Amino acid sequence: MPPYLPPPGLDAGADLVADKSAKPPGRRRFLQGGAALAGGAAAATLAGSARAAGEVLPVPAWTRSQGRPVANPYGQPSGFEGRVIRRVREGAQPPFPTAASSLTPLADIFGTITPNGLVFERHHAGIPDIDPEQHRLVIHGLVERPLSFSLNDLLRFPAVSRVHFLECAGNSGSEWRPARKLTVQSLHGLLSCCEWTGVSLGTLLQEVGVAPEAKWLLAEGADAAAMTRSVPLDKALDDALIVYAQNGEMLRPEQGYPLRLLLPGWEGNISVKWLRRLKLGTAPWQSRQETSKYTDLLPDGTSRQFSFVLDVKSVITGPSGGQTLKSRGRQQITGLAWSGHGRIRRVDVSIDGGRNWEEAVLQTPVLDRALTRFSLPWLWDGGPAVLQSRAVDSHGNVQPTRSQLIAARGTESAYHYNGIQSWQVLPSGEVHNVHV
Amino acid sequence: MSMFERKPLAALLGALALSAALSACHSQPVRNGQPLGLGTPVDAAQLAAWDIDIDADGRGLPPGSGTVAAGQRIYETRCIACHGAGGQNGIADRLAGGQGSLATKAPVRTVGSFWPYATTLFDYVRRAMPFDSPQSLTPDEVYAVSAYLLHLNGLLPADGRLDAASLPRVVMPNRDGFKVDDRPDVVGTRCLKDCTPGS
Repeated sequence: MPPYLPPPGLDAGADLVADKSAKPPGRRRFLQGGAALAGGAAAATLAGSARAAGEVLPVPAWTRSQGRPVANPYGQPSGFEGRVIRRVREGAQPPFPTAASSLTPLADIFGTITPNGLVFERHHAGIPDIDPEQHRLVIHGLVERPLSFSLNDLLRFPAVSRVHFLECAGNSGSEWRPARKLTVQSLHGLLSCCEWTGVSLGTLLQEVGVAPEAKWLLAEGADAAAMTRSVPLDKALDDALIVYAQNGEMLRPEQGYPLRLLLPGWEGNISVKWLRRLKLGTAPWQSRQETSKYTDLLPDGTSRQFSFVLDVKSVITGPSGGQTLKSRGRQQITGLAWSGHGRIRRVDVSIDGGRNWEEAVLQTPVLDRALTRFSLPWLWDGGPAVLQSRAVDSHGNVQPTRSQLIAARGTESAYHYNGIQSWQVLPSGEVHNVHV
Repeated sequence: MSMFERKPLAALLGALALSAALSACHSQPVRNGQPLGLGTPVDAAQLAAWDIDIDADGRGLPPGSGTVAAGQRIYETRCIACHGAGGQNGIADRLAGGQGSLATKAPVRTVGSFWPYATTLFDYVRRAMPFDSPQSLTPDEVYAVSAYLLHLNGLLPADGRLDAASLPRVVMPNRDGFKVDDRPDVVGTRCLKDCTPGS
């Protein structure tokens, strides 16, 4: 076993990465990183010992008196975590606060489940305060028995719970443009992952009886946008959920309380919130949200429509934009990967801007169309570095580079950006968004 | 050995039959694939206020009509504050102009340059506009505003009028500009060593 405490004066990081071999530096540092993973306790102690040296541990005030009593009606995070909040994109104050979005603080959350109060928001006409007693879900159109369901009716159906990510099609859209020095929250925070509970839409469709000529259905919200999207019937029958709960409690108002649609792996906009109506028909309705918006303009002037699936993607959340590495030596690279096609199979990480890559460790269980946490230890030698991650999904799809995306789609398609993210680490420890 | 295994088969079957009969008296297990009988029947009259969607062929368009001139008056009262005079230079989406720009470096997406169907205009204005008072316009007013916006884009003459028959016949310039999802158009590669760097 290696010693738990280093000799006085040892600069752990500098010592462990001092390798003058001819191998590319990125590759070499990765190998050392792997060794650090194997001997994790020793490495962690080395990195942490500098700060701890000489520190005398007092008995603080909170150990000498009673804390607050029980019966805090709804628990809140520690007051010391006040910076972990949703935010609108830096430098973008929306002219209409009810037609806007707020972003999940990806750098400050852990594991794979997004706390309900931090799930990203995108509204087109604000958050309605819906009385669940008055709310109804109507299914009609090309059905045998048009029916109206109360929330209580839906709670009597078999409940299904599944963990799925939710990502806005416009997430990371600023990356189509020249790199701005934004945080991972601002760049990629239209992304969350919850355990969703509700009723399989297929079960409800069985209840109303689908007419044989039905091929699409229109999903409509009860908000002031009465937002509509057309959904292929195949998807509705395959894995769509009518959701009333997220992460163990009823949906938050901003997530569609009391009912929303959830179409796993598809662009967030189509998982219509405050769902009040499903109408079955033979063709898509060509609603504003599937023509004027959420279509992907290409360089030849044509646009891709009904591009529902979110492609394979990943992002390093730490170290990430706006953070500063405080000391050389061991760092923990961590991030999130996801694919609308299926499970994440592997994530590769580069610290040299994409020349050399090392496979990251995936947190288990790796779930279908859910956020997957990856991590890889890294010994930073204090020099410049560019961190990247690249995800591969269970269908063999490989996350492309930004250059590949732009070569195929130009810079005006607005939606479905899934390029590899680059974080530049400066010798000062500052981390910035760059395009290399 | 459990007691069940010592019982004759006939006795076991009898017990099963008895328990099935008993459960029929009180409650029944739900078989997969059978409707549960939940939900309340609903008819068209009950649904009328919600059933407002217009499809791409114009099905669902209500009776009524509106002129470009009437639409301009409504626009300049209810829409101009956000969308700007003539459907341009407002804080909300630009509504007019941009035709011919889609294949350029600076595409301008408006009703006239981008929207493939005029029916969408009626559907969207009726359900979601004006922003400060959605679903407050009458069908005649929605026809009129739609007519004015199409006029601003050169798609309806100044003396034009729209109704349920004429609106779906308006041919939008970008009607054939959309194609169904044809991805994958970009294929990433998984190089691990000495790769060409890129982002």
